Amino acid sequence: MSFKVVHYINQFFAQIGGEEMAHVAPELRDGFVGPGMALNAAWKGEAVIVKTVVCGDSYFAEHEAEAKAQILEWVKAEKPDLFIAGPAFNAGRYGYACATICSAVQTELGITVLTGMYEENPGADLKDKVLMVATTNSAAGMRKAAPTMAALAMKLMKGEKLGASCEDGYMPNGIRRNFFEKEVGAKRAVDMLVRKLSDQPFTTEYPMPSFDRVPPNPAIKDLSKATIALCTSGGIVPKGNPDHIESSSASHYGEYDITGVDDLTAETYETAHGGYDPVYANADADRVLPVDVLRDMEREGKIGKLHNLYYATVGNGTSVANAKRFAEEYAQKLLQAGVHAVIMTST
Amino acid sequence: MKLELGYIHIKDIQFSKENKVENSTLYVDPETVKAFMYEDDDVKAWVKDFTFDVARPGESVRITPVKDVIEPRVKVEGPGGMFPGVISKVDTVGSGKTHVLRGMAVVTAGKIVGFQEGIIDMTGPGAQYTPFSKLNNFVVVAEPVEGYQDHKHEYEHAVRIAGLRAAVCIGELGRNVTPDETESFETLGIKEGIEKYPDLPRVGYVHMLQSQGLLHDTYVYGVDAKRTLTTIINPTETMDGAIISGNCVSACDKNTTYHHQNNPVVKALFEAHGKTLNYVCNIITNENVYLADKQRSSDWASKLCRLLDLDGAMVSQEGFGNPDTDLIMNCKKIEQQGVKTVIITDEYAGQDGKSQSLADADPLADAVVTGGNANEVIVLPKLDKVIGMLDYVDVIAGGHAGSLRPDGSIEVELQVITGATNEMGFNTLSAR
Repeated sequence: MSFKVVHYINQFFAQIGGEEMAHVAPELRDGFVGPGMALNAAWKGEAVIVKTVVCGDSYFAEHEAEAKAQILEWVKAEKPDLFIAGPAFNAGRYGYACATICSAVQTELGITVLTGMYEENPGADLKDKVLMVATTNSAAGMRKAAPTMAALAMKLMKGEKLGASCEDGYMPNGIRRNFFEKEVGAKRAVDMLVRKLSDQPFTTEYPMPSFDRVPPNPAIKDLSKATIALCTSGGIVPKGNPDHIESSSASHYGEYDITGVDDLTAETYETAHGGYDPVYANADADRVLPVDVLRDMEREGKIGKLHNLYYATVGNGTSVANAKRFAEEYAQKLLQAGVHAVIMTST
Repeated sequence: MKLELGYIHIKDIQFSKENKVENSTLYVDPETVKAFMYEDDDVKAWVKDFTFDVARPGESVRITPVKDVIEPRVKVEGPGGMFPGVISKVDTVGSGKTHVLRGMAVVTAGKIVGFQEGIIDMTGPGAQYTPFSKLNNFVVVAEPVEGYQDHKHEYEHAVRIAGLRAAVCIGELGRNVTPDETESFETLGIKEGIEKYPDLPRVGYVHMLQSQGLLHDTYVYGVDAKRTLTTIINPTETMDGAIISGNCVSACDKNTTYHHQNNPVVKALFEAHGKTLNYVCNIITNENVYLADKQRSSDWASKLCRLLDLDGAMVSQEGFGNPDTDLIMNCKKIEQQGVKTVIITDEYAGQDGKSQSLADADPLADAVVTGGNANEVIVLPKLDKVIGMLDYVDVIAGGHAGSLRPDGSIEVELQVITGATNEMGFNTLSAR
C-alpha cells in the first residue's frame, strides 16, 4: 500500500493563468497537477498524490479564513499521510499561502506537512514552525527542488529521523541536529578562512543568535527593610544532592530551606556542579552561596532579612532555554514570597 | 624551525616480558612501565597501585573514567626531550627528528576527583564519536592511596605525571626503529616568511587553553597556563609535547595531550602553508575565570595578531559556557584589529537542539565551525568489559540519575564521550 499525499499549488502552476487569474477560489482535483507530476514520479509508487488543491494567490490572501476552512475540510476528508505545498520559489503570496495552509493542516489536523520556497520569500517567516525545503528564487530551480522535496517527504512519511538541515535540504528551523561532515572541523575552518580572506562567499555553520538582554531593575532605596534572597547557578546543594541535580546540563533546580542556618559547612552543603574545581566550594559552600555574610548583614541591620528559601541549579552546560524556564518559575515564587531583591551568584 | 616526524605504525599491543616494537606490534612489560612511573616521588606518594590493560579497535570494551590520552613519542635528533619542563628538561623542542608510535595511545583512567569524566567505547554507537576507538590503547588504571580525599590536587598531579611517564617509557621503544613514513614541518622567521610568500595572506592560530582550575588546567613547558600571559609558540613545539592536558571534565570538548600532540588546526594550516596562506605561528592564550584575566588575555591575543601583521587568524576554543566569553572576546577584538577570524567551537543547544548554542555571541563572529551539539542524547549499549569503573556514570558531566540502566546500557549526553565534540576540529561531527 502506498502513502497518500495531498498537494497544494496556486493558479499559475495549475496553468489556469497568471496574475489575472489569481482571484480564483480553491478547487479540488483528483491526482496530481503540474509540479505534482515530478513528485509523484520520484516516489515510484511508494506514495501517490491522491488530490491536488488549487487556489488563486490573491484569493487566499484576501479570503484567508474561508480558504483555510475549505481546504482543511477537504484534507481532513482525505486523511493523507502527508500534505505538501509548492514549491513557491520567490512568489511572495504563493509562499505565504503554502506556509500558512501547511501550518494550519499541521496544527489543526495533526498531519505531517512540507513545503518549499526561496529563503527570502515572506512565507519563510514560518520556517521554525513548518518544515521548508530551501529552493532557488525562480521556477527554473524546479528540477533541483522536486527531488529534494520528494526525498524529504518520503523520509517524513516513513517516520525516519530527520537529518541536519544541510543534509536533508530544509531551511534551518532553530533545531540543531548533529551529523558527520566529510572533512574534519579544522580543515573546514581553514578552508572557510581562506575564502573569507579572499572575499569569496562562505557559510558559517552557526549563525550568531540575537541575545536576550535583560535591563536591571531600579536599585532598592532602603536595604534595611528589604528581603533578600540568594540564588545560584553554582550548584550549592544540601550534602548528598537530594534532588540529583545533574553535574552538567541540569534538567531541574532545587529549593532549599535555610531557616536557622548561619553558615554552610563541609558537613552540610556541597556543590553538584561539574564545571569547576569543587574542592574549595565543598570545603566552604559560603564561597559560592554567601549565607554567612548575609546572616551577618541581617544581624547588623544592613538588610531587612535573608529569605528562608534559596534556589540552586548547575549552570554547567545547561541550555539557555532550561535556565530561562527555571528562573521564570522560581521568580514567581520569590515574588509571591515578597522578596525584594535577589543576589544571583555564578561560578 | 624544522621538525621531521617519523611514524612507526602500531597495529597491536601485546603484554610481554620483553619491551620492543617489532613488525608493527608493541611488546611491553607492564612492570617496566610501572617501575618507570614510580621513579617519580609524587607518583610514589599518591598512587597506591596501577593496573594495566589493552583495548583494541572493535573490541567490546568500555574505558571510563578517562583522564588523559597520550601518544608515545621519542626525540631522536635535536634539542630537548618529550614533555619539556614536565618530564624532560625545559629545553626548547620542535626541531630535529621525533619518532611517533602511530596508531596507539596511553590512556589513563580511574578514580580522579569530583565529577570524573570520559568514556571511550571501542565498539558500538559510542565508538564513532571518539577518535580513540580507532587506536590500540594501553590503559593505565590508577588507584589512589588512602586519605587522598584531602589531597585531590596532589593526586590529580600524580596521575597526570604517571600517564606522561608511561608514554615516555613506551615512546623510548621507538628510538631505534625505522619509521614507516616521515613528514616534515617547517615554519619561517617573520621576515623570511614575508619574502618567501609575498602574495599569500599571513595566518596565525590563536590556540585557547583551558585554565579554570583543577581538572580544567593546561600546562606549557611545565607552567600552569592560568599563570601565563598570552604568548607565541612555534607549531612544531606542540608536536614534541610542549603543551600537555590537565583536564578531562566534560570530556567531549577538552583537549587531551594527544590532541595537543596532533593538533588538527596545525595540521590543516601546514597543509595550506605556501599554497593558499602563509602560516606564521601559534598564539597561546588562556581561559581564566576572572573577568580581568579574560580582558587581559584577549587584549593580548588581538595585540599579537596585529603586531605579527596577520591577515587572518584561526581561533580554537576549549570547553564551553564560561570560555564562550573568552572565545567571543578574542574573536571580536581580533576582528576589530582588522584581522579576519574563523572560530571553532561546539554547541550546548539542549537535548532537543532548540536552545541557543553559546553563552555569548557577537555579530563579528560571522565565520563559525562547530563540533556538534554536546547535549545530544545517546544510548551506549552494555559492553562485555569495563576497564576502570562504572561508579561515576550517573554523576559525570552529561550523565544524570539513572544514566546507568539496569540492563547495563548507559543513557547519556555526547558530553561524556572523550573528544566527541572537540573544538580544535579533530572530528567530522558537526551540527546545523
